[in-house]
Amino acid sequence: MKRYSIFAVAREAARYHTGWDRAWASPEPKKKYDAIIIGAGGHGLATAYYLGKNHGIKNVAILEKGWLGGGNTGRNTTIIRSNYLQDPSAAIYEKSRSLYETMSQDLNYNVMFSPRGVIMLAQTEHEVRGYLRTAHANAQQGVATEFIGPEQVKKLVPIINIHGPRYPVLGGLWQARGGTARHDAVAWGYARACSDMGMDVIQKCEVTGVRRENGRVVGVDTTKGAIDCDKLGIVVAGHTSDLAEMAGFRLPIESVALQALVSEPIKPCMDVVVMANTVHGYMSQSDKGEMVIGGGTDGFNNYTQRGSFHHIEETVRALVETFPMISRLKMLRQWGGIVDMTGDRSPILSKTPVDGVFVNCGWGTGGFKAIPGSGWAMAELMAKGQSPLTDEFSMWRFREGKFIDESVAAGVAH
Amino acid sequence: MLILECPYCGVHAEETELHAGGEAHLKRFGPGSSDDDFENYLFMRENPKGVHFERWRHVNGCGKWFHAARCTMTLEVFGTYSAQTTEPPKDICDKISAKRPGWSWRNFS
Ligand SMILES: Cc1cc2nc3c(=O)[nH]c(=O)nc-3n(C[C@H](O)[C@H](O)[C@H](O)COP(=O)(O)OP(=O)(O)OC[C@H]3O[C@@H](n4cnc5c(N)ncnc54)[C@H](O)[C@@H]3O)c2cc1C
Ligand SMILES: [Zn+2]
Repeated sequence: MKRYSIFAVAREAARYHTGWDRAWASPEPKKKYDAIIIGAGGHGLATAYYLGKNHGIKNVAILEKGWLGGGNTGRNTTIIRSNYLQDPSAAIYEKSRSLYETMSQDLNYNVMFSPRGVIMLAQTEHEVRGYLRTAHANAQQGVATEFIGPEQVKKLVPIINIHGPRYPVLGGLWQARGGTARHDAVAWGYARACSDMGMDVIQKCEVTGVRRENGRVVGVDTTKGAIDCDKLGIVVAGHTSDLAEMAGFRLPIESVALQALVSEPIKPCMDVVVMANTVHGYMSQSDKGEMVIGGGTDGFNNYTQRGSFHHIEETVRALVETFPMISRLKMLRQWGGIVDMTGDRSPILSKTPVDGVFVNCGWGTGGFKAIPGSGWAMAELMAKGQSPLTDEFSMWRFREGKFIDESVAAGVAH
Repeated sequence: MLILECPYCGVHAEETELHAGGEAHLKRFGPGSSDDDFENYLFMRENPKGVHFERWRHVNGCGKWFHAARCTMTLEVFGTYSAQTTEPPKDICDKISAKRPGWSWRNFS
């Protein structure tokens, strides 16, 4: 792999950019791998990357039914934060946030991580109490957050209206080290690094069956034929129930549509991320100048990757009150992704009833921020059979009543 | 936009008039049941790609709960029916079989 650097850019500029290599190879599948990862979204690719980097397991294939990062990884609004309530969440999300800080150097790929700060607005008394509680929990967990008053919010976000009649701003939970990153670049950067380690990233290869013998995985059937493996990681977000059925077990997951939209590009007007969870809306400004806006999920099971229009309407209606200036903006694009929701709004990183099969799912509306930490933890789980970061996230926690309840903290958790 | 006919008041209600209530025809288990049964009832969901039986409430209308059969891949609605039943009626199943030959759902196959 040729490294990217300022010298490489200068060299290529001098020869009209004719010398760039392809960032990753597109090989045909081999007969057998030590490990197969299903799903080339951020979580699948990061899992493969850390299997190679941290555990020396490099005979790995990542199988993707569509294109690299074409699932939720390429559809999300890229908010990165780690101000969760429960200790196991704080551990994995904070690990992840800290890995984002060095990801560009690590992968030699600019993922445009921008720790510009994230505010979660408190717009009801209930939310004020909730976020004070989270701020105290974060202090115990070593996650740097603070509760700030309405004037401080106004100083950070001049375009905000803190005196709205229905949704006044009473304060906010501020995480200065949160921010955003470029979603495609995260997928591409990991894919390039995996390919460089000799792993096979295979696109347009859908897994259609999981082959088992005596309760152990032996391989998968795909649209490119059967492929053998010793270990299998299922990392397919909204499609998890489908894959679990192929492997013969069930999961407490429901798939629903989550939508986002962007406005026409405008001059820089907001340099932090603002989330308003009471009204299910949040907003940040991209480097291109678009206001990136997201809302809540639709209420019913859906695999169509398009959501209901009235959810967009509700989100925008509420945000217009808090940010009056956006009422003048035109919407440029709108899209949806299929997110995998668990009952306690926490992910599942777990062994499964099938020997050699591991599952990483349930990140729902908020897993972009978790990509590096989740990959790190999942790789350890697959390599060693155990990881301190995943212990609490087992698929059997529901049965045991050991929920990691993040639904009370935010309701929505992007 | 999803439009469902309320089997009670006959109104063709669009989504904003309705509230989705999740998977239908769950077999309920209570105290004294096995851990497996209780876990399945409380947490496990079919979440199928395709035919889904689900509960809806005509919340901004007559207020009643009813059932719907819908495809999660196309949003096609096969029909709605009363909540006073523990399994989908035969005419709905026949309609689904005609449109999705070979269709089966684990609980009902
Ligand atoms: C609109 C929207 C906004 C969001 N905003 C945020 C946010 O601001 N911050 C945040 O942290 N998170 C956010 N999220 C959530 C985040 O996008 C996801 O949690 C995360 O991207 C999941 O990554 P993944 O790698 O697990 O899944 P995906 O990126 O969906 O990857 C799964 C891959 O598996 C593939 N696959 C499925 N079935 C098969 C098969 N049978 N064979 C082979 N491949 C298969 C799919 O094609 C897909 O590419 C948002 C999501 C959406 C939809
Ligand atoms: Zn009615």
